Amino acid sequence: MALVTKDPRQRSTARPTNRVGAQRRESAGDSVATVSELHRSFGATHVLRGLDLEIRRGEFVALLGRSGSGKSTLLRSLAGLDPTSPRELKVAGAVSTAFQEPRLLPWRKVEDNVALALANSPRRRLRREHARHALDEVGLAEKRDAWPLSLSGGQAQRVSLARALVREPDLLLLDEPFSALDALTRIEMHRLVIALWKRHRPGVLLVTHDVDEAIALADRLLVLDCGQVAAQWALTVPRGRRRDDPQMSVTRNQVLDALGVQDRTRTGNKNESGAA
Amino acid sequence: MSPLLILLAWQSLSSAGILGEDVLASPLQIVATAAELLADGTLQAATATSITRVLSGFLIGATVGLVLALVAGLSRIGEDVVDPPMQMLRTLPHFGLIPLFIVWMGIGETPKIALIAMGVAFPLYLNTFAGIRSVDRKFLEAAHTLNLTRRQRLRHVIVPGALPQALVGLRQSLGVAWLSLIVAETVSADAGLGYLINDAREFLKTDVIVVGLAVYSLLGLLTDTLVRLIERKALTWRS
Repeated sequence: MALVTKDPRQRSTARPTNRVGAQRRESAGDSVATVSELHRSFGATHVLRGLDLEIRRGEFVALLGRSGSGKSTLLRSLAGLDPTSPRELKVAGAVSTAFQEPRLLPWRKVEDNVALALANSPRRRLRREHARHALDEVGLAEKRDAWPLSLSGGQAQRVSLARALVREPDLLLLDEPFSALDALTRIEMHRLVIALWKRHRPGVLLVTHDVDEAIALADRLLVLDCGQVAAQWALTVPRGRRRDDPQMSVTRNQVLDALGVQDRTRTGNKNESGAA
Repeated sequence: MSPLLILLAWQSLSSAGILGEDVLASPLQIVATAAELLADGTLQAATATSITRVLSGFLIGATVGLVLALVAGLSRIGEDVVDPPMQMLRTLPHFGLIPLFIVWMGIGETPKIALIAMGVAFPLYLNTFAGIRSVDRKFLEAAHTLNLTRRQRLRHVIVPGALPQALVGLRQSLGVAWLSLIVAETVSADAGLGYLINDAREFLKTDVIVVGLAVYSLLGLLTDTLVRLIERKALTWRS
């Protein structure tokens, strides 16, 4: 499963990605999602042009790209919201999605929203137990009887994470789930997501606009451009990464370059993260 | 305060003989008549007959309205088949159909119930259909990613999502139901509140007419309160 870095500029400092696979003891067959030659077009607009991507079990992948680069389209395909052929997309096991807006059903209480993810398992008591446990994990046990509309944005997003994780997914799709949150809540959510990911070990695909967020969270970072993976980096520095870590700031600049952000004065400075 | 003053003025005008009993009976007279009609059971029997009519008409109209709304709301083909004729028919003032109904069904119970059913079906259809269509696609997508079956999506997403608008339709349709009853009973009736009123008209018994009207409005108020109660119970999540 050679993952090719298509942009030659990246070769210098970013490690070749296939070493990540070597470092993990998981074999190449242990992938939770394999996308090959995925094409999607809407009318005359080609959004995805033969995209290849593999996400391995327990791997945290961040996907960056400008608006219109096909990020959302790829995520929708993986989530099963758009039809794909089995040749284009193979997903092993359960998939869960957390969206930018939490999309909790306002007319169901918090606990019932989480339990709804288990609607197809027959035992009601077990569903409730699992739902409570999941709410406990995201620190919202006391909100189980609340209506979703009474929650803050961060709380609602945590419930949405609980709902996604209660199914013990093999692949967790996160569609800009933190972009609508304030900066402090976002940091809390980052910690929570990493903690939950370490415990449950799903393969994660995080779609985001925020370069710093991607660098903080991911094992592997992809930039999507013109409907293909244009570049990727393996992040081998352990989490709790410091932004002034030289390797991080080099990667950060490369990512911004790949995203077409021009300004060269920003070296390592925060707040200018991401493209449009 | 002012309603009391009006009542007082009304009573004094009647007592002074300025307001004749054949024009409008005095409040005290009306109360006395109401008590009389209750005592001999006339009012209860008439009310029961009228309620039965509204109930039958409402049940038929509500069933038709809801079923059509589901058919049109849940499938494209259903919408193409059901919605255009419904949109055309709704512009028809349904009271205008009375002559046709009489030609088709005579002057018995059937045309009355048909008129009420007709009045109920449209507001319920229009609002429920709009309610189903207004359910946020994002919720349906979320339900899809949770692997909910079509049935589960209906139960957890579409029905509760359409409910607020459907309840608006319910309130409208109950209002139309009472109105249709009054019109139908005024046109022809051999029992019920409308009969009581028409019969009183023949003898210029304005007190009985007013009692009948009061019962009509009380019944309307009652069902409206009932729907408000249902709304409050079913839509607690909105507050």
